[in-house]
Amino acid sequence: MEYIIIIISAVFVNNILLAQFLGVCPFFGASNKVETAIGMAGAVTFVMTLATLITWLLFYYVLVPLQIEFMQTVGFILIIASLVQMVEIILKKISPSLYRALGIFLPLMATNCAIVGVAILVVTKEFSFGGAAHLLNLPESIAFAVANALGFGVALVIFAGLREQLALSDVPKAFRGIPIALVTAGILSLAFMGFSGLV
Amino acid sequence: MNKLQIITKGIIKENPVFVLLLGMCPVLGTSSSAINGLGMGVATMMVLIMSNAVVSIVAGAIPNQVRIPAYIVVIAGFTTVVQLMMQAYTPGLYATLGIFIPLIAVNCVLLARAEAYASKNSVLNSVFDGLGIGLGFTLALTALGAVRELLGSMSVFGYKFASGDGMLVFILAPGAFIALGYLIVIFNKLTKIKA
Repeated sequence: MEYIIIIISAVFVNNILLAQFLGVCPFFGASNKVETAIGMAGAVTFVMTLATLITWLLFYYVLVPLQIEFMQTVGFILIIASLVQMVEIILKKISPSLYRALGIFLPLMATNCAIVGVAILVVTKEFSFGGAAHLLNLPESIAFAVANALGFGVALVIFAGLREQLALSDVPKAFRGIPIALVTAGILSLAFMGFSGLV
Repeated sequence: MNKLQIITKGIIKENPVFVLLLGMCPVLGTSSSAINGLGMGVATMMVLIMSNAVVSIVAGAIPNQVRIPAYIVVIAGFTTVVQLMMQAYTPGLYATLGIFIPLIAVNCVLLARAEAYASKNSVLNSVFDGLGIGLGFTLALTALGAVRELLGSMSVFGYKFASGDGMLVFILAPGAFIALGYLIVIFNKLTKIKA
């Protein structure tokens, strides 16, 4: 039950993109086509789950025993950057077309606030999913990461669909490109607010 | 290019928020009021100035292949410094900004300036570039925060102009996207007329 609440809360109620503003750069960068958006969502899911697993272990088994919790920002970013490098090499080998489609956004994932943000959130913020507020344990952290990645993917793919339609419509000159995309994202975010109070 | 031009370039021609469209997460996430926007902008500017200075000093000594991770470590280090200082001296603001303070380390603006400017220019110029871009970022954040606060609760910097509640949606998440979209349109219009 707790895991269902984690997933519904992260995908619909506190959507990482539309309610918490983490990972907005790839949200606008990789949302021109639904196909690219799906690839990006897949890459984020993979990296976010793996990154949260590794940083959680790093935090509780290295930083806490050594009493250097203040090194979490530096440590997390280094771990995540090397992880992204690895994913890039693997993707280049097994799926060159997807690698070309994602282009510049894959290396940028090392500095993607969604991934670093989730990694930092699970070790610093206390959550209450039904019960008392507490720091997340390892299985809960993984569930939280997967759920947030799902939320990222859902929002990104919906938004890419909207932008494909937007490309065909006659937009005033000053609004072309990012401004109209921002306003569209605002309306999408408004729609997602309808889910608040669900959990 | 003299020092003053370096600073004004960061505020108008290369404004990180309105023109370069970099570092959108903190812009959207921390601009629910003018004072929050100002606090976040100043914190980012501090990190940017210090990281620009250090990157321009050490750039010559770093092998080309590992320069990006090296810059990230410098930026993350200064982010931790600013984070600890804010925790000590401005605990209220620190609690409000929350997750976005450690996330300064992954703000694209900082890495972009380290790579595109600080690594190729003198220390003094890099510091002024950091100041200019930082001011541009701070002004944009404060402007967005002020607009959202004004529309959302009829006040600016906590000073209430009119009675009534305003449109709550501008304080909440959707308002951030919509207000920033319209501000970029206005900024585009104004700078194009000038040019």
